[in-house]
Amino acid sequence: MGRVIFHRSFVVGLLGLILVLLVSLPLYHPSTYVLVLLTAIFMYIVLTLSWVIFSGPTGYISLASAAFFGVGIYTSAVFGKVISLPLVIGIGALASFFLALLVGALTLRLRGIYFSIFTFGLVVLIQQLLLWWEVVKMHTRGRFVIVVNNTTIYYVMLIILVVLMFTTYLIRRSKYGLALQSIGEDEEAAAHSGINTTVLKTITFAISAFFTGAAGSIMATRWTYIDPYIAFNPLFSFLPVLMAIFGGIGHLFGPVLGATIFGYLEEVLITKFPYYYMLIFGTILVIAILYLPGGLVGLMQKWQKGDLAGQHGNS
Amino acid sequence: MGMTVLNVVISGLLMGGIYALIAMGLSLQYGVGRVFNISHGEFIMVGAFFTWALFSAFGVNPLVSLVIVGPVTFIIGFVLYRTIFSRLRIKSPSPAAFEGSSMLAAFGILFIIQNIVLAIWGANIRGYTYLATGVNFGGAVFAANRLVTLSFAIMIGLAFYIFLARTRLGKAIRAAAQDPVTAGLMGININLVLALCFGFGALMAGLAGTLVSMCYSVDATMGLGYTIIAIIVVVLGGLGSIPGSFFGGFILGLIGSIVTYIEPGLSLAAYYGIFMLLLIVRPAGILGR
Repeated sequence: MGRVIFHRSFVVGLLGLILVLLVSLPLYHPSTYVLVLLTAIFMYIVLTLSWVIFSGPTGYISLASAAFFGVGIYTSAVFGKVISLPLVIGIGALASFFLALLVGALTLRLRGIYFSIFTFGLVVLIQQLLLWWEVVKMHTRGRFVIVVNNTTIYYVMLIILVVLMFTTYLIRRSKYGLALQSIGEDEEAAAHSGINTTVLKTITFAISAFFTGAAGSIMATRWTYIDPYIAFNPLFSFLPVLMAIFGGIGHLFGPVLGATIFGYLEEVLITKFPYYYMLIFGTILVIAILYLPGGLVGLMQKWQKGDLAGQHGNS
Repeated sequence: MGMTVLNVVISGLLMGGIYALIAMGLSLQYGVGRVFNISHGEFIMVGAFFTWALFSAFGVNPLVSLVIVGPVTFIIGFVLYRTIFSRLRIKSPSPAAFEGSSMLAAFGILFIIQNIVLAIWGANIRGYTYLATGVNFGGAVFAANRLVTLSFAIMIGLAFYIFLARTRLGKAIRAAAQDPVTAGLMGININLVLALCFGFGALMAGLAGTLVSMCYSVDATMGLGYTIIAIIVVVLGGLGSIPGSFFGGFILGLIGSIVTYIEPGLSLAAYYGIFMLLLIVRPAGILGR
């Protein structure tokens, strides 16, 4: 027991230390590169963790991340010049939230693979409709986004990340998280034991979209120019899935680890070797699915257990 | 008015031939093998690139390339199934879990194939001219290559249907589609049959790619668009129904050509709109069981 408590307080302390370092980082005048890199990593963690909130416990593989991300981006592009930044992010997050409520309500009957296809269709449907609207009706393509300085973007993304991690932690610990887990195990049984599966799924899906939308609204300000292809890039639907699976869905730190590694790799590799980066990406995805069912965290836990078993064997 | 209707119908059928072929391939992979192959379009892209490369480097006739591209894509598909998907199938606790993990593995394959092609041939749009002369068809003029494409698509589709209906292997495939466990008990080597199905699916995609390259330009990112169309047709025609996919392809081709006639910018959006509506209203498909 003592070891477990030590373990937990150690983790909390470590997290607090990391948080203090990250919050105070801009005071040391780091280079733009460091700030931008960290912001990108935070963004990937937010996208991955939001995906895991819903798809992790329920087992429904959502490919709608890019749709919610894009809604956030477009909100920022449309309202960024008229209203203040916090309000823009709030609207972006809420717009994604309500879109997810609508989609959730529509797709309740779909299970397994059909849900995935539907959510992916959503990304391209919005992308194509927007493109048509801009090109045919407005005779323009794309929009300029108001620029915000890098430190502000960094802090906003950090705040979204911290709130998201705290939310994820609370959900996992609560009765509500247990109910979600039981939907993933056996949806029929969950429904029979009195869980309103439809409402629960829809709300969780919307919460996950809320954070993705918020991340989109702030990231848009870094890109200065966006169009439907940039904002609704299907890659933002695939990347969170890969990062989560690679890191491990079963534990809160799995997605964080996966997103950090891939976020860093991308920044380092994509400008120099774009094709090889994507090639590595695909290869790791296949290997992770074949050989790492629990992801990196699962692998670590296995090692730890192996060690413990070894100790028991000795004693 | 009569002219425009004829024009729209014929161009719909011309597009529909390719859609039908692509969808039949995916139907084999998903309907029988339960592999939701998101990388299906990449085999079309590989077929198209091979044909272009053979034509521009050695002047090989695209119709001759069909004989080369077919076996190549078949082998790639067969090996991928044997190395990745059969292992996943054995390890997955339930069919639903297999569908999910095989879809994700197919995503990985999509990125691998696409980026190998990008690394070899780059991101440029390629194309060649083959039989581009106009053919007058009751007043509507179409390029000869599109008519060749349509007739080959129908021939390949029919040949495959006869193969499934008449041969012993075809019977084994149909048995595996209906009930893999019982088929296994009846002495069918289910792992081999599923790998063959995946190979045949890749083969149909490769052949479709060769046909596509005769009429349209080729680039490394063209695959996903065709994959989506194949998914729509397979759902439209009913999962696992080969004739359903064949006719579904032509129906989608017609819908596409009607929408393109009314509002060109919305054809892709219309495909998705119809598809999402169909998923909600009738997930079993129009011709589904």
